[in-house]
Amino acid sequence: MIISVASGKGGTGKTLVATSLALSLKDREQVQLLDCDVEEPNDHIFLKPVITRSETVSIMVPRVDEDKCTYCGRCAEVCAYHAIAILAKTVLVFPHLCHGCGACSYICPEKAISEESRGIGVVELGNSDGIDFAQGRLNVSEPMPTPVIRKVKEKANRDCTVVIDVSPGTSCPVVESIRGSDFCLLVTEPTPFGLNDLILAVETVKELKVPCGVVINRAGAGNGEVEEYCLKENLPVLLTIPLDMEIARRYSRGITLVEGMPQWKESFLRLFESIQEIVSERSSSLKR
Amino acid sequence: MKEVVVLSGKGGTGKTSIVGSFAALAKSKVLVDCDVDAADLHLLLQPVMREKHDFWSGKVASINGEKCTRCGLCQEQCRFKAIVDFRVDPLSCEGCGFCYHICPVEAINMRENLSGQWFISDTRYGDLVHARLGIAQENSGKLVALVRQQARKIAEKQKADYIISDGPPGIGCPVISSLSGASLALLVTEPTLSGIHDLERVLGVCRHFGVQALVGINKFDINEENTHQIEGYCLSQGVPVVARIPFDNAVTEAMVRGLPVVEYTSNGVARQIKELWEWFLKLL
Repeated sequence: MIISVASGKGGTGKTLVATSLALSLKDREQVQLLDCDVEEPNDHIFLKPVITRSETVSIMVPRVDEDKCTYCGRCAEVCAYHAIAILAKTVLVFPHLCHGCGACSYICPEKAISEESRGIGVVELGNSDGIDFAQGRLNVSEPMPTPVIRKVKEKANRDCTVVIDVSPGTSCPVVESIRGSDFCLLVTEPTPFGLNDLILAVETVKELKVPCGVVINRAGAGNGEVEEYCLKENLPVLLTIPLDMEIARRYSRGITLVEGMPQWKESFLRLFESIQEIVSERSSSLKR
Repeated sequence: MKEVVVLSGKGGTGKTSIVGSFAALAKSKVLVDCDVDAADLHLLLQPVMREKHDFWSGKVASINGEKCTRCGLCQEQCRFKAIVDFRVDPLSCEGCGFCYHICPVEAINMRENLSGQWFISDTRYGDLVHARLGIAQENSGKLVALVRQQARKIAEKQKADYIISDGPPGIGCPVISSLSGASLALLVTEPTLSGIHDLERVLGVCRHFGVQALVGINKFDINEENTHQIEGYCLSQGVPVVARIPFDNAVTEAMVRGLPVVEYTSNGVARQIKELWEWFLKLL
Protein backbone atom coordinates (compact mmCIF):
# COMPACT_ATOMS: atom_id res chain seq x y z
CA MET A 1 0.00 0.00 0.00
CA ILE A 2 1.24 3.48 -0.85
CA ILE A 3 0.29 6.34 1.49
CA SER A 4 1.27 9.85 0.47
CA VAL A 5 1.44 12.68 2.98
CA ALA A 6 0.60 16.06 1.46
CA SER A 7 -0.80 19.39 2.63
CA GLY A 8 -1.24 22.34 0.27
CA LYS A 9 0.12 24.76 2.85
CA GLY A 10 3.75 24.39 3.82
CA GLY A 11 4.95 23.85 7.36
CA THR A 12 1.84 22.10 8.62
CA GLY A 13 3.67 18.94 9.70
CA LYS A 14 3.96 16.59 6.70
CA THR A 15 7.46 15.54 7.66
CA LEU A 16 6.42 15.07 11.28
CA VAL A 17 3.55 12.79 10.24
CA ALA A 18 5.44 10.89 7.53
CA THR A 19 8.42 10.07 9.76
CA SER A 20 6.34 9.12 12.80
CA LEU A 21 4.03 6.95 10.72
CA ALA A 22 6.98 5.08 9.23
CA LEU A 23 8.65 4.66 12.63
CA SER A 24 5.46 3.41 14.27
CA LEU A 25 4.96 0.78 11.60
CA LYS A 26 8.48 -0.53 11.22
CA ASP A 27 8.24 -3.19 13.94
CA ARG A 28 5.05 -4.56 12.46
CA GLU A 29 5.86 -4.66 8.78
CA GLN A 30 8.26 -3.76 6.01
CA VAL A 31 8.19 0.01 5.63
CA GLN A 32 9.66 2.22 2.99
CA LEU A 33 9.84 6.01 3.22
CA LEU A 34 10.23 8.02 0.02
CA ASP A 35 10.98 11.71 0.43
CA CYS A 36 9.56 13.26 -2.73
CA ASP A 37 9.91 16.84 -1.49
CA VAL A 38 12.99 17.02 -3.68
CA GLU A 39 13.29 20.81 -3.45
CA GLU A 40 13.61 20.72 0.33
CA PRO A 41 13.94 17.11 1.53
CA ASN A 42 13.89 17.01 5.34
CA ASP A 43 13.08 13.44 6.36
CA HIS A 44 16.78 12.56 6.49
CA ILE A 45 17.27 15.13 9.28
CA PHE A 46 14.91 13.11 11.50
CA LEU A 47 15.66 9.56 10.39
CA LYS A 48 19.42 9.96 9.89
CA PRO A 49 19.57 7.14 7.32
CA VAL A 50 22.80 5.51 6.25
CA ILE A 51 22.97 6.31 2.54
CA THR A 52 24.40 3.38 0.64
CA ARG A 53 23.79 4.40 -2.94
CA SER A 54 23.36 7.58 -4.91
CA GLU A 55 22.09 7.84 -8.48
CA THR A 56 22.28 10.91 -10.65
CA VAL A 57 19.01 12.06 -12.22
CA SER A 58 19.59 13.43 -15.68
CA ILE A 59 17.58 14.65 -18.58
CA MET A 60 18.71 14.36 -22.17
CA VAL A 61 19.46 17.73 -23.74
CA PRO A 62 20.42 18.43 -27.35
CA ARG A 63 23.96 18.83 -28.60
CA VAL A 64 24.24 20.26 -32.09
CA ASP A 65 26.99 19.27 -34.48
CA GLU A 66 27.51 22.56 -36.33
CA ASP A 67 29.45 20.82 -39.12
CA LYS A 68 26.27 19.01 -40.10
CA CYS A 69 23.78 21.77 -39.23
CA THR A 70 22.34 23.75 -42.13
CA TYR A 71 20.53 26.23 -39.82
CA CYS A 72 17.19 25.25 -41.32
CA GLY A 73 15.49 26.08 -38.01
CA ARG A 74 13.30 22.97 -37.85
CA CYS A 75 14.51 22.18 -34.29
CA ALA A 76 13.61 25.64 -32.98
CA GLU A 77 10.23 25.33 -34.66
CA VAL A 78 9.29 22.07 -32.93
CA CYS A 79 10.67 22.96 -29.48
CA ALA A 80 7.69 23.85 -27.29
CA TYR A 81 9.93 25.25 -24.56
CA HIS A 82 12.05 27.68 -26.62
CA ALA A 83 15.12 25.78 -25.48
CA ILE A 84 16.78 25.94 -28.88
CA ALA A 85 17.10 28.95 -31.18
CA ILE A 86 18.79 29.74 -34.48
CA LEU A 87 20.38 33.16 -34.91
CA ALA A 88 21.76 33.58 -38.43
CA LYS A 89 24.56 31.00 -38.47
CA THR A 90 24.54 30.02 -34.80
CA VAL A 91 22.49 27.52 -32.82
CA LEU A 92 21.81 28.43 -29.24
CA VAL A 93 20.75 25.75 -26.74
CA PHE A 94 19.29 26.74 -23.35
CA PRO A 95 19.63 23.55 -21.30
CA HIS A 96 17.69 24.92 -18.30
CA LEU A 97 14.58 25.32 -20.44
CA CYS A 98 14.83 21.86 -22.03
CA HIS A 99 12.39 19.20 -20.82
CA GLY A 100 14.29 16.44 -22.63
CA CYS A 101 11.43 15.41 -24.92
CA GLY A 102 13.79 14.50 -27.76
CA ALA A 103 11.72 16.08 -30.54
CA CYS A 104 14.57 18.21 -31.95
CA SER A 105 17.03 15.37 -32.42
CA TYR A 106 14.41 13.09 -33.96
CA ILE A 107 13.17 15.72 -36.35
CA CYS A 108 16.49 17.25 -37.50
CA PRO A 109 16.70 16.45 -41.25
CA GLU A 110 20.52 16.50 -41.18
CA LYS A 111 20.82 14.25 -38.12
CA ALA A 112 22.96 17.02 -36.64
CA ILE A 113 21.51 16.76 -33.12
CA SER A 114 22.63 14.17 -30.66
CA GLU A 115 21.68 14.13 -26.99
CA GLU A 116 23.79 14.32 -23.90
CA SER A 117 22.71 13.83 -20.35
CA ARG A 118 22.63 16.73 -17.94
CA GLY A 119 22.41 16.02 -14.22
CA ILE A 120 19.66 17.93 -12.43
CA GLY A 121 19.57 16.07 -9.12
CA VAL A 122 20.23 12.83 -7.27
CA VAL A 123 18.29 10.00 -5.71
CA GLU A 124 19.83 8.65 -2.52
CA LEU A 125 19.00 5.23 -1.15
CA GLY A 126 19.70 3.80 2.23
CA ASN A 127 18.32 2.46 5.45
CA SER A 128 17.32 3.96 8.74
CA ASP A 129 17.10 1.41 11.51
CA GLY A 130 14.88 -0.97 9.58
CA ILE A 131 13.12 1.59 7.38
CA ASP A 132 13.97 1.35 3.72
CA PHE A 133 14.75 4.96 2.75
CA ALA A 134 14.96 6.92 -0.50
CA GLN A 135 15.04 10.63 -1.15
CA GLY A 136 15.42 12.91 -4.12
CA ARG A 137 17.41 16.08 -4.10
CA LEU A 138 17.05 18.67 -6.85
CA ASN A 139 20.28 20.54 -7.54
CA VAL A 140 20.21 24.17 -6.38
CA SER A 141 19.27 26.53 -9.28
CA GLU A 142 17.55 23.77 -11.27
CA PRO A 143 13.89 24.58 -11.99
CA MET A 144 12.33 21.15 -12.69
CA PRO A 145 11.67 18.81 -9.78
CA THR A 146 9.38 16.32 -11.56
CA PRO A 147 12.06 14.13 -13.23
CA VAL A 148 13.70 13.70 -9.80
CA ILE A 149 10.36 12.81 -8.20
CA ARG A 150 9.66 10.25 -10.92
CA LYS A 151 13.00 8.61 -10.27
CA VAL A 152 12.37 8.43 -6.50
CA LYS A 153 8.98 6.85 -7.15
CA GLU A 154 10.55 4.20 -9.37
CA LYS A 155 12.13 2.93 -6.13
CA ALA A 156 8.74 2.22 -4.56
CA ASN A 157 8.49 -1.37 -3.43
CA ARG A 158 4.84 -2.42 -3.67
CA ASP A 159 5.44 -5.32 -1.29
CA CYS A 160 6.04 -2.88 1.57
CA THR A 161 3.97 -0.17 3.12
CA VAL A 162 5.29 2.88 1.30
CA VAL A 163 5.03 6.33 2.89
CA ILE A 164 5.62 9.25 0.50
CA ASP A 165 6.45 12.70 1.84
CA VAL A 166 5.17 15.29 -0.65
CA SER A 167 6.18 18.93 -1.21
CA PRO A 168 3.74 21.73 -0.34
CA GLY A 169 1.44 23.26 -2.97
CA THR A 170 -0.95 21.78 -5.51
CA SER A 171 0.91 21.94 -8.82
CA CYS A 172 2.94 19.50 -10.90
CA PRO A 173 5.43 18.22 -8.28
CA VAL A 174 2.56 17.47 -5.90
CA VAL A 175 0.57 15.67 -8.59
CA GLU A 176 3.61 13.66 -9.62
CA SER A 177 4.23 12.61 -6.01
CA ILE A 178 0.65 11.66 -5.08
CA ARG A 179 -0.54 9.92 -8.25
CA GLY A 180 -0.69 6.18 -7.94
CA SER A 181 -1.07 6.30 -4.16
CA ASP A 182 -3.72 4.18 -2.48
CA PHE A 183 -4.39 6.88 0.07
CA CYS A 184 -3.40 10.47 0.72
CA LEU A 185 -3.13 12.00 4.17
CA LEU A 186 -3.62 15.76 4.13
CA VAL A 187 -1.95 17.49 7.04
CA THR A 188 -3.39 20.87 7.93
CA GLU A 189 -3.63 23.35 10.76
CA PRO A 190 -6.85 24.94 12.09
CA THR A 191 -6.23 28.40 10.66
CA PRO A 192 -7.63 30.34 7.68
CA PHE A 193 -4.42 29.63 5.69
CA GLY A 194 -4.60 25.96 6.62
CA LEU A 195 -8.24 25.74 5.54
CA ASN A 196 -7.76 27.63 2.27
CA ASP A 197 -4.90 25.37 1.20
CA LEU A 198 -6.61 22.22 2.47
CA ILE A 199 -9.54 22.93 0.15
CA LEU A 200 -7.12 23.21 -2.79
CA ALA A 201 -5.33 20.02 -1.76
CA VAL A 202 -8.64 18.14 -1.49
CA GLU A 203 -9.55 19.24 -5.03
CA THR A 204 -6.18 18.00 -6.24
CA VAL A 205 -6.49 14.52 -4.73
CA LYS A 206 -10.06 14.27 -6.03
CA GLU A 207 -8.74 15.04 -9.51
CA LEU A 208 -6.26 12.20 -9.04
CA LYS A 209 -9.03 9.91 -7.71
CA VAL A 210 -7.04 9.10 -4.60
CA PRO A 211 -9.06 8.74 -1.35
CA CYS A 212 -7.95 11.05 1.43
CA GLY A 213 -8.19 11.77 5.12
CA VAL A 214 -7.11 14.71 7.26
CA VAL A 215 -4.60 15.18 10.07
CA ILE A 216 -5.14 18.37 12.07
CA ASN A 217 -1.88 19.56 13.57
CA ARG A 218 -1.49 22.35 16.16
CA ALA A 219 -5.11 21.88 17.21
CA GLY A 220 -6.20 24.72 19.47
CA ALA A 221 -4.17 27.36 17.64
CA GLY A 222 -6.81 28.97 15.47
CA ASN A 223 -10.51 28.33 14.96
CA GLY A 224 -12.94 25.51 14.25
CA GLU A 225 -13.44 26.09 10.53
CA VAL A 226 -11.23 23.24 9.36
CA GLU A 227 -13.26 20.76 11.39
CA GLU A 228 -16.52 22.24 10.11
CA TYR A 229 -15.27 21.95 6.55
CA CYS A 230 -14.23 18.30 7.06
CA LEU A 231 -17.61 17.50 8.55
CA LYS A 232 -19.46 19.19 5.71
CA GLU A 233 -17.35 17.50 3.02
CA ASN A 234 -17.45 14.13 4.76
CA LEU A 235 -13.68 14.03 5.06
CA PRO A 236 -12.50 11.79 7.89
CA VAL A 237 -10.27 13.51 10.46
CA LEU A 238 -7.97 10.61 11.31
CA LEU A 239 -5.58 12.21 13.77
CA THR A 240 -5.40 15.41 15.80
CA ILE A 241 -2.13 16.69 17.25
CA PRO A 242 -2.39 19.59 19.71
CA LEU A 243 -0.43 22.85 19.63
CA ASP A 244 2.30 21.94 22.11
CA MET A 245 5.54 23.85 22.55
CA GLU A 246 7.23 20.66 23.69
CA ILE A 247 6.47 19.01 20.33
CA ALA A 248 7.70 22.12 18.50
CA ARG A 249 10.95 22.22 20.48
CA ARG A 250 11.69 18.56 19.88
CA TYR A 251 10.90 18.99 16.19
CA SER A 252 13.33 21.91 16.04
CA ARG A 253 16.08 19.56 17.23
CA GLY A 254 15.29 16.91 14.67
CA ILE A 255 13.49 14.55 17.04
CA THR A 256 10.43 12.80 15.65
CA LEU A 257 7.15 12.84 17.52
CA VAL A 258 7.08 9.12 18.32
CA GLU A 259 10.68 9.06 19.49
CA GLY A 260 10.26 12.12 21.69
CA MET A 261 6.87 11.05 23.01
CA PRO A 262 6.48 7.27 22.55
CA GLN A 263 2.85 7.42 23.70
CA TRP A 264 2.04 8.73 20.20
CA LYS A 265 2.98 5.44 18.58
CA GLU A 266 -0.44 3.97 19.45
CA SER A 267 -2.16 6.90 17.73
CA PHE A 268 -0.13 6.42 14.57
CA LEU A 269 -0.92 2.70 14.54
CA ARG A 270 -4.62 3.52 14.87
CA LEU A 271 -4.23 6.06 12.08
CA PHE A 272 -2.73 3.34 9.89
CA GLU A 273 -5.56 0.93 10.73
CA SER A 274 -8.15 3.55 9.77
CA ILE A 275 -6.38 4.04 6.46
CA GLN A 276 -6.34 0.29 5.85
CA GLU A 277 -10.07 0.11 6.53
CA ILE A 278 -10.88 2.97 4.16
CA VAL A 279 -8.69 1.54 1.42
CA SER A 280 -10.10 -1.98 1.70
CA GLU A 281 -13.70 -0.74 1.84
CA ARG A 282 -13.05 1.31 -1.23
CA SER A 283 -11.45 -1.52 -3.17
CA SER A 284 -14.31 -3.89 -2.35
CA SER A 285 -16.90 -1.29 -3.34
CA LEU A 286 -15.00 -0.72 -6.61
CA LYS A 287 -15.12 -4.45 -7.31
CA ARG A 288 -18.85 -4.47 -6.73
CA MET B 1 11.17 51.28 -7.90
CA LYS B 2 12.44 48.36 -5.83
CA GLU B 3 11.08 44.86 -5.70
CA VAL B 4 11.32 42.87 -2.48
CA VAL B 5 10.50 39.17 -2.60
CA VAL B 6 9.91 37.09 0.53
CA LEU B 7 11.06 33.46 0.31
CA SER B 8 11.88 30.70 2.78
CA GLY B 9 12.71 27.34 1.26
CA LYS B 10 10.72 25.57 3.96
CA GLY B 11 6.99 26.21 3.94
CA GLY B 12 5.05 27.64 6.85
CA THR B 13 7.79 29.82 8.30
CA GLY B 14 5.68 32.98 8.15
CA LYS B 15 6.24 34.54 4.72
CA THR B 16 2.64 35.58 4.18
CA SER B 17 2.14 36.98 7.69
CA ILE B 18 5.21 39.17 7.19
CA VAL B 19 4.18 40.32 3.71
CA GLY B 20 0.70 41.12 5.02
CA SER B 21 2.28 43.34 7.65
CA PHE B 22 4.58 44.98 5.10
CA ALA B 23 1.45 45.77 3.10
CA ALA B 24 0.12 47.72 6.06
CA LEU B 25 3.45 49.42 6.80
CA ALA B 26 4.74 50.43 3.36
CA LYS B 27 3.40 53.67 1.93
CA SER B 28 3.72 53.53 -1.84
CA LYS B 29 3.63 49.99 -3.16
CA VAL B 30 2.03 47.30 -5.27
CA LEU B 31 1.51 43.86 -3.74
CA VAL B 32 1.89 40.60 -5.57
CA ASP B 33 1.24 37.03 -4.47
CA CYS B 34 3.69 34.74 -6.29
CA ASP B 35 2.55 31.62 -4.43
CA VAL B 36 0.13 30.83 -7.23
CA ASP B 37 -0.68 27.25 -6.29
CA ALA B 38 -1.50 27.87 -2.62
CA ALA B 39 -2.09 31.61 -2.38
CA ASP B 40 -3.00 32.95 1.07
CA LEU B 41 -2.13 36.66 1.05
CA HIS B 42 -5.70 37.58 0.04
CA LEU B 43 -6.92 36.17 3.37
CA LEU B 44 -5.13 39.02 5.16
CA LEU B 45 -5.72 41.81 2.65
CA GLN B 46 -9.42 41.24 1.85
CA PRO B 47 -9.17 42.22 -1.80
CA VAL B 48 -12.06 43.36 -3.98
CA MET B 49 -11.49 42.01 -7.45
CA ARG B 50 -11.23 44.62 -10.19
CA GLU B 51 -9.98 42.52 -13.11
CA LYS B 52 -10.05 38.81 -13.81
CA HIS B 53 -8.16 37.16 -16.67
CA ASP B 54 -7.72 33.62 -17.93
CA PHE B 55 -4.23 32.21 -18.03
CA TRP B 56 -3.71 30.04 -21.09
CA SER B 57 -0.47 28.24 -21.06
CA GLY B 58 1.08 25.20 -22.61
CA LYS B 59 -0.69 22.61 -24.67
CA VAL B 60 -2.00 19.10 -24.22
CA ALA B 61 -2.01 16.44 -26.92
CA SER B 62 -5.13 14.55 -27.88
CA ILE B 63 -5.53 11.70 -30.34
CA ASN B 64 -8.29 11.61 -32.90
CA GLY B 65 -9.43 7.99 -32.70
CA GLU B 66 -10.96 8.07 -36.18
CA LYS B 67 -7.73 9.07 -37.88
CA CYS B 68 -5.37 7.04 -35.69
CA THR B 69 -4.03 3.88 -37.38
CA ARG B 70 -2.55 2.55 -34.14
CA CYS B 71 0.94 2.45 -35.61
CA GLY B 72 2.33 3.05 -32.12
CA LEU B 73 5.02 5.58 -33.06
CA CYS B 74 3.76 8.19 -30.59
CA GLN B 75 3.67 5.74 -27.70
CA GLU B 76 7.12 4.52 -28.49
CA GLN B 77 8.64 8.01 -28.68
CA CYS B 78 6.88 9.81 -25.82
CA ARG B 79 9.46 10.21 -23.07
CA PHE B 80 6.85 11.10 -20.48
CA LYS B 81 4.92 7.83 -20.92
CA ALA B 82 1.85 9.97 -21.46
CA ILE B 83 0.32 7.83 -24.21
CA VAL B 84 -1.09 4.46 -23.23
CA ASP B 85 -3.44 2.43 -25.44
CA PHE B 86 -3.57 5.31 -27.94
CA ARG B 87 -4.95 7.69 -25.36
CA VAL B 88 -3.20 10.69 -23.84
CA ASP B 89 -3.10 11.06 -20.09
CA PRO B 90 -3.35 14.85 -19.72
CA LEU B 91 -1.66 14.74 -16.30
CA SER B 92 1.44 13.12 -17.76
CA CYS B 93 1.53 15.09 -21.01
CA GLU B 94 4.14 17.85 -20.87
CA GLY B 95 2.86 19.47 -24.05
CA CYS B 96 6.10 19.03 -25.98
CA GLY B 97 4.26 18.22 -29.21
CA PHE B 98 6.72 15.51 -30.23
CA CYS B 99 3.82 13.12 -30.98
CA TYR B 100 1.98 15.82 -32.93
CA HIS B 101 4.99 16.44 -35.17
CA ILE B 102 5.76 12.78 -35.92
CA CYS B 103 2.29 11.26 -36.33
CA PRO B 104 2.29 9.97 -39.93
CA VAL B 105 -1.48 10.44 -40.35
CA GLU B 106 -1.88 13.75 -38.49
CA ALA B 107 -4.18 12.20 -35.93
CA ILE B 108 -2.85 14.25 -33.02
CA ASN B 109 -4.01 17.73 -32.04
CA MET B 110 -2.43 20.07 -29.55
CA ARG B 111 -5.10 21.84 -27.52
CA GLU B 112 -4.46 25.11 -25.72
CA ASN B 113 -4.66 24.59 -22.00
CA LEU B 114 -6.51 26.85 -19.57
CA SER B 115 -4.07 26.68 -16.67
CA GLY B 116 -5.51 29.20 -14.25
CA GLN B 117 -6.65 32.74 -13.68
CA TRP B 118 -5.03 35.93 -12.51
CA PHE B 119 -6.54 38.98 -10.88
CA ILE B 120 -5.96 42.62 -10.12
CA SER B 121 -7.70 43.66 -6.92
CA ASP B 122 -8.17 46.70 -4.73
CA THR B 123 -7.21 46.36 -1.11
CA ARG B 124 -7.15 49.04 1.52
CA TYR B 125 -3.37 48.86 1.31
CA GLY B 126 -3.14 49.35 -2.46
CA ASP B 127 -3.32 47.15 -5.56
CA LEU B 128 -2.79 43.42 -5.29
CA VAL B 129 -1.95 41.21 -8.26
CA HIS B 130 -2.66 37.56 -7.52
CA ALA B 131 -3.53 34.35 -9.29
CA ARG B 132 -4.92 30.91 -8.98
CA LEU B 133 -3.25 28.08 -10.81
CA GLY B 134 -5.77 25.49 -11.95
CA ILE B 135 -5.90 22.28 -9.95
CA ALA B 136 -3.10 19.89 -10.93
CA GLN B 137 -1.76 22.28 -13.56
CA GLU B 138 1.74 22.93 -14.77
CA ASN B 139 3.48 26.17 -15.67
CA SER B 140 3.34 27.82 -12.27
CA GLY B 141 6.62 29.54 -13.18
CA LYS B 142 5.04 31.24 -16.18
CA LEU B 143 2.07 32.39 -14.13
CA VAL B 144 4.44 33.84 -11.53
CA ALA B 145 6.32 35.70 -14.28
CA LEU B 146 3.00 37.04 -15.54
CA VAL B 147 1.75 38.37 -12.17
CA ARG B 148 5.12 39.99 -11.54
CA GLN B 149 5.05 41.66 -14.93
CA GLN B 150 1.54 43.00 -14.26
CA ALA B 151 2.59 44.28 -10.84
CA ARG B 152 5.54 46.05 -12.45
CA LYS B 153 3.27 47.72 -15.02
CA ILE B 154 0.96 49.01 -12.28
CA ALA B 155 3.88 50.13 -10.14
CA GLU B 156 5.36 52.07 -13.05
CA LYS B 157 2.06 53.74 -13.81
CA GLN B 158 1.50 54.68 -10.17
CA LYS B 159 5.16 55.60 -9.73
CA ALA B 160 5.11 53.35 -6.68
CA ASP B 161 8.29 53.01 -4.63
CA TYR B 162 8.01 49.28 -3.97
CA ILE B 163 6.72 46.00 -5.25
CA ILE B 164 6.32 43.61 -2.34
CA SER B 165 6.04 40.01 -3.32
CA ASP B 166 4.99 36.94 -1.34
CA GLY B 167 6.95 34.01 -2.71
CA PRO B 168 6.30 30.26 -2.84
CA PRO B 169 8.13 27.63 -0.74
CA GLY B 170 10.80 25.40 -2.25
CA ILE B 171 13.62 26.19 -4.65
CA GLY B 172 12.18 25.10 -8.03
CA CYS B 173 10.61 26.79 -11.00
CA PRO B 174 8.10 29.19 -9.32
CA VAL B 175 10.76 30.27 -6.80
CA ILE B 176 13.27 31.01 -9.55
CA SER B 177 10.55 32.84 -11.43
CA SER B 178 9.70 34.95 -8.33
CA LEU B 179 13.33 35.77 -7.64
CA SER B 180 15.13 36.52 -10.86
CA GLY B 181 15.65 40.24 -11.31
CA ALA B 182 14.26 41.23 -7.88
CA SER B 183 16.08 43.95 -5.92
CA LEU B 184 16.24 42.09 -2.65
CA ALA B 185 15.12 38.79 -1.13
CA LEU B 186 14.05 38.39 2.47
CA LEU B 187 14.51 34.78 3.54
CA VAL B 188 12.23 33.91 6.44
CA THR B 189 13.48 30.95 8.40
CA GLU B 190 12.77 29.27 11.72
CA PRO B 191 15.23 27.81 14.21
CA THR B 192 14.55 24.17 13.38
CA LEU B 193 17.01 21.83 11.71
CA SER B 194 14.66 21.67 8.71
CA GLY B 195 14.48 25.46 8.56
CA ILE B 196 18.28 25.75 8.56
CA HIS B 197 18.72 23.04 5.92
CA ASP B 198 16.17 24.66 3.64
CA LEU B 199 17.57 28.17 4.19
CA GLU B 200 20.97 27.03 2.93
CA ARG B 201 19.41 25.78 -0.29
CA VAL B 202 17.27 28.84 -1.01
CA LEU B 203 20.26 31.06 -0.25
CA GLY B 204 22.14 29.09 -2.91
CA VAL B 205 19.38 29.96 -5.39
CA CYS B 206 19.64 33.69 -4.49
CA ARG B 207 23.39 33.55 -5.08
CA HIS B 208 23.00 31.78 -8.38
CA PHE B 209 20.62 34.44 -9.64
CA GLY B 210 22.62 37.30 -8.14
CA VAL B 211 19.93 38.62 -5.80
CA GLN B 212 21.04 40.06 -2.47
CA ALA B 213 19.51 38.18 0.47
CA LEU B 214 18.67 39.13 4.04
CA VAL B 215 17.50 36.70 6.69
CA GLY B 216 14.72 37.02 9.25
CA ILE B 217 14.43 34.38 11.97
CA ASN B 218 10.81 33.78 12.91
CA LYS B 219 9.78 32.05 16.16
CA PHE B 220 13.42 32.51 17.21
CA ASP B 221 12.64 31.59 20.82
CA ILE B 222 11.49 28.05 19.99
CA ASN B 223 15.15 27.04 19.96
CA GLU B 224 17.66 29.77 20.79
CA GLU B 225 20.61 27.47 20.26
CA ASN B 226 19.53 26.93 16.66
CA THR B 227 18.92 30.67 16.33
CA HIS B 228 22.58 31.25 17.27
CA GLN B 229 23.58 28.61 14.79
CA ILE B 230 21.67 30.39 12.00
CA GLU B 231 23.23 33.70 12.98
CA GLY B 232 26.69 32.13 12.90
CA TYR B 233 26.02 30.56 9.54
CA CYS B 234 24.70 33.81 8.08
CA LEU B 235 27.71 35.72 9.42
CA SER B 236 30.05 33.22 7.76
CA GLN B 237 28.16 33.68 4.50
CA GLY B 238 28.11 37.48 4.71
CA VAL B 239 24.31 37.53 4.86
CA PRO B 240 22.80 39.97 7.38
CA VAL B 241 20.24 38.67 9.88
CA VAL B 242 17.83 41.59 10.12
CA ALA B 243 15.10 40.29 12.41
CA ARG B 244 14.45 37.98 15.32
CA ILE B 245 10.72 37.57 15.66
CA PRO B 246 9.35 35.76 18.73
CA PHE B 247 6.72 33.02 18.63
CA ASP B 248 3.40 34.68 19.35
CA ASN B 249 -0.09 33.28 18.97
CA ALA B 250 -1.16 36.83 18.02
CA VAL B 251 -0.04 35.95 14.48
CA THR B 252 -2.69 33.24 14.28
CA GLU B 253 -5.28 35.36 16.09
CA ALA B 254 -4.74 38.16 13.56
CA MET B 255 -5.04 35.65 10.71
CA VAL B 256 -8.34 34.39 12.09
CA ARG B 257 -9.61 37.97 12.02
CA GLY B 258 -8.26 38.50 8.50
CA LEU B 259 -5.83 41.20 9.59
CA PRO B 260 -2.11 41.83 9.18
CA VAL B 261 -0.61 41.22 12.62
CA VAL B 262 0.73 44.80 12.88
CA GLU B 263 -2.88 46.01 12.77
CA TYR B 264 -4.00 43.52 15.38
CA THR B 265 -1.42 44.25 18.06
CA SER B 266 1.47 46.61 18.62
CA ASN B 267 3.43 44.36 20.96
CA GLY B 268 6.35 41.92 20.55
CA VAL B 269 5.94 40.34 17.18
CA ALA B 270 4.43 43.46 15.58
CA ARG B 271 7.24 45.66 16.87
CA GLN B 272 9.84 43.30 15.41
CA ILE B 273 8.13 43.30 12.02
CA LYS B 274 7.99 47.11 12.06
CA GLU B 275 11.71 47.25 12.79
CA LEU B 276 12.28 44.81 9.97
CA TRP B 277 10.42 47.05 7.54
CA GLU B 278 12.47 50.03 8.72
CA TRP B 279 15.57 48.03 7.87
CA PHE B 280 14.29 47.70 4.35
CA LEU B 281 13.58 51.41 4.07
CA LYS B 282 17.19 52.11 4.98
CA LEU B 283 18.57 49.48 2.63
CA LEU B 284 16.50 50.25 -0.44
